[in-house]
Amino acid sequence: MAGKIITISSGKGGVGKTTATANLGLGLAMLGERVVCIDADIGLRNLDVMLGLENRIVYDIVNYIEGRCRFRQALVRDKHFPELFLLPAAQTRDKNAITIDDMSRVAHEAAEIADYVIIDSPAGIEHGFRFAAKPADLVLIVTNPEVAAVRDADRVIGLLEAEGWAPARLIVNRLKPDMVRRNEMLDPDTVVDLLAIDLIGIVPEDAQILAASNRGRPIVLEDRSDAGQAFRDIARRLRGEDIPFAPLKEPTLFQKIYGSHS
Amino acid sequence: MKLWDIFRRHSKSGQDIAAQRLRLVLTHDRANISPGMLEMLKDEIISVISRHLEIDAEKVQVNFTEDHRETRLVADIPPANTAQTTSPRVMNDA
Repeated sequence: MAGKIITISSGKGGVGKTTATANLGLGLAMLGERVVCIDADIGLRNLDVMLGLENRIVYDIVNYIEGRCRFRQALVRDKHFPELFLLPAAQTRDKNAITIDDMSRVAHEAAEIADYVIIDSPAGIEHGFRFAAKPADLVLIVTNPEVAAVRDADRVIGLLEAEGWAPARLIVNRLKPDMVRRNEMLDPDTVVDLLAIDLIGIVPEDAQILAASNRGRPIVLEDRSDAGQAFRDIARRLRGEDIPFAPLKEPTLFQKIYGSHS
Repeated sequence: MKLWDIFRRHSKSGQDIAAQRLRLVLTHDRANISPGMLEMLKDEIISVISRHLEIDAEKVQVNFTEDHRETRLVADIPPANTAQTTSPRVMNDA
């Protein structure tokens, strides 16, 4: 078996890469796919806390690359979703501890045992981004509907094209439909038009995402969350399902005050 | 750039301003040339062409156009005697 390797990237930090990785990894596992999530953000490990797996880590990716453990020993298996595995980043090292070849070897090894390998890329466009993006079959670019984030996304797309690496698709994250309606926020069509790549999902801003990350329980598990639904839709699109884009729902006044889950 | 003309007629929303600024930075990022360098390039083009041809320097336009991530540098240089009929009104924002 050789699973599909998907790298989540953005250029700019803080746009929701790790949140997207956790939710899409779990979303695919919820559909019965076997998934290995790789945290490639060496030195700034966070995917473990997003997935609620931080207390179960024994080894990390650098330990494995240095031959201190076997591949399966470095993987942390989710208790509730046994098809979901995490390969944690090293926290005590920096990203120069890994070469592009190391990462490619690890990603392909993970693809041997999984249907999907999801790599959470570090922010930036240098070494960390490059080793995370090189082995990918598909790169998902996460951006927010604001000038700086879209600009950085464009740089990443340009680099992928220049290198002739994997095709890229776009996730517009943290969209506020009511602000778009009032013409106060870039609308997804404009962003897609400017970046000239295909859209794979629009994730609305949702206060529940913070609550979810506080508990280490990704929003994709919340049936009634619009953001959770958006991630479930993207997971299905990644499997090749034809899921139509739902019209953007504006939060009700009640939801604005009490959060979408109330 | 003609887009500027289009946007100028409306009172600008935050969305329009963001889209317009983004369009401009993406163009310069992709071509790897700053707005100031483009202005210098324009001046040099004017001086080179002027050595061989009388042109209406005021109406010269040097801009990037974009088509699906493909960037093109387009220079619109009206010779002095035909300038009034061929060139659109020029904006000088820079």
